[in-house]
Amino acid sequence: METKDSKKVWPEEVRGPIWAVASGKGGTGKTTVAVNLAWVVGEKVQLVDCDVEEPDAHLFLAGDASALREVTTQVPWIDQSKCDFCGLCAQFCQFNALAVVSRVSLVFPELCHGCRGCSMLCPHQAISMVSHRVGQMEIREIGPRLTLLTGTLDVGSPQAGPVISAVKELRDPRILTILDAPPGTSCSVESTLRGVNRVVLVTEPTPFGLHDLKLIVELVRLLRLSFGVVINRMVPGQDLVRRYCEEEDIPVWLEIPEDRRYAEAGARGRILVDEFPELRAAFVRLVDQLKEADG
Amino acid sequence: MKILVTTEGENLQAQLDVRFGRAKNFLVYSTDTMKWNIVDNQDNQDAGHGAGVSSAQKVVDLGVTAVVSGHFGPKAYEVLSAAKIMMFSTSDCTVEEAIDRHRNGKLPLVTTPKEPQSH
Ligand code: SF4
Ligand code: SF4
Repeated sequence: METKDSKKVWPEEVRGPIWAVASGKGGTGKTTVAVNLAWVVGEKVQLVDCDVEEPDAHLFLAGDASALREVTTQVPWIDQSKCDFCGLCAQFCQFNALAVVSRVSLVFPELCHGCRGCSMLCPHQAISMVSHRVGQMEIREIGPRLTLLTGTLDVGSPQAGPVISAVKELRDPRILTILDAPPGTSCSVESTLRGVNRVVLVTEPTPFGLHDLKLIVELVRLLRLSFGVVINRMVPGQDLVRRYCEEEDIPVWLEIPEDRRYAEAGARGRILVDEFPELRAAFVRLVDQLKEADG
Repeated sequence: MKILVTTEGENLQAQLDVRFGRAKNFLVYSTDTMKWNIVDNQDNQDAGHGAGVSSAQKVVDLGVTAVVSGHFGPKAYEVLSAAKIMMFSTSDCTVEEAIDRHRNGKLPLVTTPKEPQSH
């Protein structure tokens, strides 16, 4: 299942940095920034799509999905012939993943957090832990220098966390990693940002953009991460976000001007830095700033 | 027999609560003695995932024959059906009216759960 390499703990000096691209809400161009960043970075890099409910980086980066792996969690299975329906397990489970009614004990795997408590406490050893599929992962070799790792949550499964952790684990820790975080500030964003060295926050210059930016700034500050801002679809005169960043002493690493040509190229799944030299230059500068911050 | 009605309030004149899993209170009514009592469900009102399962488990443990509410989520539905508890649906009425409607056979038996909401 797992490659031995990824499990190994590498000493600090050979570990590659991890950058994350996040956004307080969807539709800010977060994936566009992550993809273009990975494209111009100029060294071996792996892009990890952690937006497991709606992964979309592969729409920009053509490559065959080679290795497919399942992500599973451990959930209880109750042997009805051993169970005497005492109900202890259901009373114990704080996630309400179990119910015991007259002559049936029921398991709701999608609510289970895999703590194993129920299986240890059952007086009749009726509970064993079994694998339960929650999603899958794909590895795509996009080019000699870029690998895309995609995590996809199964429809109906509410737990993004295990899939995000699994797909992050899949990376080679020795090379640079860029994480495309899920939009918003939910606990799946927290799962993504854990262990990251640098966060790029993508926002729009509008009042709504500012509102959502503030929420995610709060989160990354709470996690004590170093971060900067990319303002997308910048319009001259829209200084709201710029001023906020100034006041809060947050570096603005890049401003991408509002341009219909960019939007159209993006909608066609094109990589912007390949079509627009001015954007390539801008993203190369962004890489420099991220590396500088890495010191 | 005992029937249970989900409600926002604490007596027969209170409004029915149509959300089974997140109802504030359960009113348990005995058709034999015509007495009733209130069972608090507030711990599930604010619960995240799993409110349906634990509300249903609570209902099963109360030993009622039927539940009158508005709609039942898929997990609550599974638990209650496994316990062979009958589910009935109604809306816009007091607890007393709901009990009357049930006794007069005016309420439809619920045979499918409410579709889960995406989030
Ligand atoms: S604790 Fe064990 S015996 Fe009791 S209800 Fe649960 S599975 Fe059955
Ligand atoms: S393993 Fe833990 S979370 Fe899962 S059902 Fe058992 S007690 Fe609940």
